Amino acid sequence: MTREMTGAEMVIQALKDQGVDTIFGYPGGAVLPIYDEIIQQEGLEHILVRHEQGAGHAAEGYARSTGKPGIALVTSGPGATNMVTALTDAMLDSIPLVCISGQVPTHLIGNDAFQECDTVGITRPCTKHNWLVRDVEALPRVLHEAFYVATSGRPGPVVVDIPKDVQFATGTYQGPTPNPAAAHKSYRPQLKGDAASIRKAAEMMAAAKKPILYTGGGVINSGTQACQLLRELVSLTGFPITSTLMGLGAYPASGDNWLGMLGMHGTYEANMAMHDCDLMINVGARFDDRITGRTDAFSPNSQKIHIDIDPSSINKTINVDLPIIGDVGHVLEDLVRIWRSSSMKTDATAMKSWWSQIDSWRARNSLAYKPNDDVIMPQYAIQRLYELTKDRKTFITTEVGQHQMWAAQFYGFEEPNRWLTSGGLGTMGYGLPAAIGAQVAHRDALCVDIAGDASILMNIQEMSTAVQFGLPVKVFILNNQYMGMVRQWQQLLHGNRLSHSYTDSLPDFVKLAEAYGGVGIRCEKPGDLDGAIEEMISVDRPVLFDCRVANLANCFPMIPSGKAHNEMLLPDEANDEVVANAISAEGKSLV
Amino acid sequence: MNAQNVDAPSAYFLAEVSNEIETHTLSLLVDNEPGVLARVIGLFSGRGYNIDSLTVSETEHEKHLSRITIVTTGTPMIIEQIRHQLDRLVPVHRVTDLTVRAKRANQDKPLERELALIKVAGDGDKRLEALRLGDAFRATVIDATTEHFVFEITGRTSKIEQFIAIMKPLGLVEVSRTGVAAVQRGPEGL
Repeated sequence: MTREMTGAEMVIQALKDQGVDTIFGYPGGAVLPIYDEIIQQEGLEHILVRHEQGAGHAAEGYARSTGKPGIALVTSGPGATNMVTALTDAMLDSIPLVCISGQVPTHLIGNDAFQECDTVGITRPCTKHNWLVRDVEALPRVLHEAFYVATSGRPGPVVVDIPKDVQFATGTYQGPTPNPAAAHKSYRPQLKGDAASIRKAAEMMAAAKKPILYTGGGVINSGTQACQLLRELVSLTGFPITSTLMGLGAYPASGDNWLGMLGMHGTYEANMAMHDCDLMINVGARFDDRITGRTDAFSPNSQKIHIDIDPSSINKTINVDLPIIGDVGHVLEDLVRIWRSSSMKTDATAMKSWWSQIDSWRARNSLAYKPNDDVIMPQYAIQRLYELTKDRKTFITTEVGQHQMWAAQFYGFEEPNRWLTSGGLGTMGYGLPAAIGAQVAHRDALCVDIAGDASILMNIQEMSTAVQFGLPVKVFILNNQYMGMVRQWQQLLHGNRLSHSYTDSLPDFVKLAEAYGGVGIRCEKPGDLDGAIEEMISVDRPVLFDCRVANLANCFPMIPSGKAHNEMLLPDEANDEVVANAISAEGKSLV
Repeated sequence: MNAQNVDAPSAYFLAEVSNEIETHTLSLLVDNEPGVLARVIGLFSGRGYNIDSLTVSETEHEKHLSRITIVTTGTPMIIEQIRHQLDRLVPVHRVTDLTVRAKRANQDKPLERELALIKVAGDGDKRLEALRLGDAFRATVIDATTEHFVFEITGRTSKIEQFIAIMKPLGLVEVSRTGVAAVQRGPEGL
């Protein structure tokens, strides 16, 4: 369709034409024309956040839980700079985000005008692409291109910066092009994998004696079809499968071949299998440093296949034997088809002994912790939360720290897009707004932010958003009064000198919830926990759940910095002395 | 590399993985739009890559395409990364590693040329010597007074470096260089 309209109207029209139903935003001088259109239309719901970072993470939560792009709308200057953390977060976790920011009028750009900042300059390294639109005639094309870039290939955040005079100016609106991939001049990501390489991968898999599938967020990004194909591949081959933090849920945690998460706080069996395998099939993961540990001792005797849509992920940190560039879903479809049509078989004898080896690692029970009748152990809290919520449609978000790792270890994810966490950037303050974003997209679902007492305070203001929009998100705070992961690292690295990792004067979370118009619940005894969780679930309002847990619990198992996968610190071996000496001098300089 | 693992069948420990620093010339075809150079340079500084030389100009006016020539140094793994990272930028149409192309065609290097304007001031023997050497290097005098010459010289980077070094004791005042422009040998384009 072609029609004369103002730049501000174009923004609304383009969002609608792209299938958007929700925007997370915060108004300000430079976006007032767009806000004036928002109030005069129907079909687009605007969620007013309390801080622009919250809008960004809420849009991420919306995106991660739906597979659609998340939309944020902010004003110029501080509005845009407050978005930077969320954009960087989305960049590192490959979350499709379209951020529209207002800018001072074109004639004032470069003038140090009020609430002016170089938004495209600031966000250039933390977006997949960004645009400053100086001409209203270019605006429709750029808006549609923004959606194409954000959602295609390896997804990511984009920013469209629109000066206020362009929002007022009148121009000709054009609808989206039917086939943006073909129309784009320079950006055309490769979806189909090379057929010969996929066949070679199938042959390597058939010949493998100790294979492992190592999957990541790319499987989730590729979509539910890709997750189905992954499950099919596992059942066809019988291969063991582990996943990164970002990939949890692609394969069900209850599945027979599931080894649990791998990496720094992954299970013993997953990490040992990664270390000892002879064939590693990386599906949509990126050999992140939390996964590899010491790279020169990373899985030394394996051949490695790497399926990734982003060519720059190949051989970035770990050299691979067989790269396959393409979308996970497309590549797995071909792989499964070749496997079936060629009636390929795995080496049954070798697989049997590989599994018995894995079972012996499993028997090590690396997630064990000492139960306690008087104090709630944080692991126990997650286990009870899981048991009491697993039969519902539940979305789990987290903040960052120990609670995040315990959630990843002890909450079993059966479906993709149900687990929303800040993996790459590790953004404290992600969980509450992300839960709000998920709740907006899934009104009937249970959305729980598993939080820490420190992290939750980073975006606590979004409680007000949840209350205003009737979003009954549940914030399950594992309150140990410490920045638990910081404290754990100080114990590991710095002689247990706990420099500024104890939070004195924490707010009373129950009263805080009430002050916001939500519901506060406190639980201090293991015996009361189930009842309190049931109460939290049954309340149809936002809840802050202050779960008082053991203060000094550490998150194990752990690959200490600078160590290899087969040098894990296991919970039953981690006495104070071992913990104090776990990290070598070289390891101490790593993060 | 972990020495005890060199025989392992993993690609990570293959002996041919070279850690030697190499110099490569990359050619990029990009949309000539605001900020495109900042994207390229920001990528290099943000990821800690080196830029030895960078040249940019619009080469196809009707399509608004610019060609950027970058000379960079790094291990083969880093240079491969640079190429892919550049290719990931949305306004980048094509990235070609001219050094790799030349090697594949059994050539020493791609065709690389640089232009420099070199100002030399002095009198007496030094002035005569400068002029004589300028002639030997096939540099052209494009500006002169009784006290100075400005030479224009074109050639490979090594030739220009050499000329500048020779001019230093002869009254070198200042130098302006374009950086390297490069194409591959033979009839094919990018």
